[in-house]
Amino acid sequence: MTGERMEGKAPVDREIPSGRRNSQGIRIDPETEAELQERRAVISALVDHEPGVLANVSGLFARRQLNIESLTVGPTIDESKARMTIVVEEDEPGIEQAKRQLRKEVHAWSVREVKGAIERELSLIKVSGDDPAGVTAVAEMYGGQAVQANDEIITVELTGTEADIDAAIRAFEQFGVHEVARTGTAALASGTQSTT
Amino acid sequence: MSKPQKTTDTTDPSTESQDLSETKSETTTEEQTTGANSVVAALEKADVEITFGVQGGAIMPVYDAMVDSDIHHVSMAHEQGASHAADAYGIVSGNPGVTITTSGPGATNLVTGIADANLDSDPIVSLTGQVPQDMVGNDAFQETNTMGITAPITKANIFSTNPDTVGDDIGTAIALAAEGRQGPTLVDLPKNVTTGETDVEPSIPTTPESYQVPAPEADSKAVRAAAEALAGADRPLILSGGGVIKSEASEELREFAIEYGIPVVTTMPGLGSFPEDTALAMEMGGMHGTGYANMSLSHCDVLLGVGTRFDDRLTGGIETFAPEAEVIHVDIDPAEISKNIHADYPLIGDAGAVLKQLHDAMPKSPDAEAWRKRTQEWKAEYPMGYETPQDEAIKPQFVVEAMDEAAADDAIVTTGVGQHQMWAAQYWTYTEPRTWVSSNGLGTMGYGAPAAVGAKLAAADTQVVAFEGDGSFLMTSQAIAPAVREELDITIAILNNSYVGMIRQWQDAFYDQRRYESKWDWGPDFASLAEAYGAQGLQAMAYDEVPEVIEEAFAYDGPSVIDFHIDQVADVYPMVPSGGNNAEFALEEDHL
Repeated sequence: MTGERMEGKAPVDREIPSGRRNSQGIRIDPETEAELQERRAVISALVDHEPGVLANVSGLFARRQLNIESLTVGPTIDESKARMTIVVEEDEPGIEQAKRQLRKEVHAWSVREVKGAIERELSLIKVSGDDPAGVTAVAEMYGGQAVQANDEIITVELTGTEADIDAAIRAFEQFGVHEVARTGTAALASGTQSTT
Repeated sequence: MSKPQKTTDTTDPSTESQDLSETKSETTTEEQTTGANSVVAALEKADVEITFGVQGGAIMPVYDAMVDSDIHHVSMAHEQGASHAADAYGIVSGNPGVTITTSGPGATNLVTGIADANLDSDPIVSLTGQVPQDMVGNDAFQETNTMGITAPITKANIFSTNPDTVGDDIGTAIALAAEGRQGPTLVDLPKNVTTGETDVEPSIPTTPESYQVPAPEADSKAVRAAAEALAGADRPLILSGGGVIKSEASEELREFAIEYGIPVVTTMPGLGSFPEDTALAMEMGGMHGTGYANMSLSHCDVLLGVGTRFDDRLTGGIETFAPEAEVIHVDIDPAEISKNIHADYPLIGDAGAVLKQLHDAMPKSPDAEAWRKRTQEWKAEYPMGYETPQDEAIKPQFVVEAMDEAAADDAIVTTGVGQHQMWAAQYWTYTEPRTWVSSNGLGTMGYGAPAAVGAKLAAADTQVVAFEGDGSFLMTSQAIAPAVREELDITIAILNNSYVGMIRQWQDAFYDQRRYESKWDWGPDFASLAEAYGAQGLQAMAYDEVPEVIEEAFAYDGPSVIDFHIDQVADVYPMVPSGGNNAEFALEEDHL
């Protein structure tokens, strides 16, 4: 704080451009700019089946503050590789950033958003056993089945889309739901399309 | 050279007795090949000439295997210093700098340097010792989860599990650090892997098949569209980043800018990518950039950003950054495109190759005569300058200019972090790539002295000058010891204001002048400290002493430290406050 002043016009005396960018760095008209909408995206990544890859990927999403809804990983027909299915809830730039950062993972062979994919999730739901007939009926309605039962608890196995399972759990709530375990979404591209 | 005596192994605190006997038996014959030998063979195969590091229990087998190698190992006094020296070596030479350190603290002390390299995309390879695999996870002595700690700050890290493949792991790490967007890699070396037997020779360093680097050339249609936008611009501007230097594209950039008459702003890591002594140079932009650079950035209508990640210290607030400009963004890393600033014309590829493409695709020069005139007017309107009343304390800017004047034209500058770093960036005239060696992204105080060691070892025939602050220097000043031992002809200039000055400046400006814990008048006498290490120690308190101490330091064949007692309250201006509008840069505190 020497009180010295460099030569030049003070900020208030300068010509300042009036344009603006939004938080994504896109030039905008502030009057008409709409908020970016988040959407659900299913990203499939083929990665080396090695220790540490899952930690790297989950760490990557955490430190970039990308919202993961679910992340599943399992072997593929190639023993050396695993498939990760990551469901994210982000705006368009966020989804793009997630894919690009994931592609930089040295162990990732390919990364792709699968749109219109076949999506399934497995769930186990423990329901109160007071009304076995009712529970079985609801389970059948959602394409599931009771896999274990005693006087107190009926355990139902159910496969479906994330939305199907959400709906089934809501339906079971009338009997009392004790515990739920869900695998998260696994996905493959539809029909003859290759996923990755 | 003789092998270390076997009895030294018994002092190794991290080795179990069983493990110890293995180590002994393997060092008895020259012909035996171990994982450690394979590590050293891989370094040699990758043409690594110099390594930096610190000995330690779990890494002893690798050090033992280096006894017969031609690789020059430089023991640093602290692993952090080793990582910065390797980083500077990487910046100056363009080849990955390599560190060899032990497990536990040997690895954690590297973390700052690895994070530093990660943010500046500098190529370094860290080889860390690790406890034997059968002890991993047992909280063994000097065990730490090096893989877990370094995963978020490395481009890739590898846990070696087999003496047969450990050499290839090293090669992979070296190739990954250097290819595509450069960055830090690490190989964790469990002791049983380095002591284990192998007869497999490491292959030529190569990146894994899964690693994808974009092609050097960008999509030609995208290039044509970008070239047309640039040619049609009224107010074109180039923003040259560190990627231009990393891809050896400074010459292409210079030719492009001059042929098409486009002014150039550089980022801080981009200093030296465009010669600052030319009319088109607007010099550094951003928080402490020149007024004319920031005016140019704010008023341009097409901005060609090359090898830059549009860091917040450069852009200021995103809302007001180059608000009228269409952006052409050239980068080798697709993830940088539209990460911070939306790219209207993304060109993914190598800076040099894409600049050549753009050069060929330009239909004409932009009609930018009036704009060039305006940028020159800004240069006259917002000159970089300071006053030097001879009866007052020395102005730090004067020291930087006096050093620049006296130094060779191609001298390399390293810096610590703080006010001195900004003055070194502002008042030294950079004309050559790889002459600015600094901690740009992470802002690591203490980077300057160990970086000078690494820079000098990478460029033995080039003059190396380190600027440090008194606070910054105190963090890693033990790096003088290896500089003395290695007889490195370097000059460390401390701009000593008895403050951590950038904090003091912010306290004055933003915290009602509450100078809490920023006055560091308790530091040592740096000239005496230098002498205690066996270096030349000098001191300047007044203007008339400045030329003579510089002359004395430059004449001395070895490390010199000059303690310049500067104006304690000199501030760094111009300044764009964090998140502010670049066009509203302050020229004094009242403007903030």
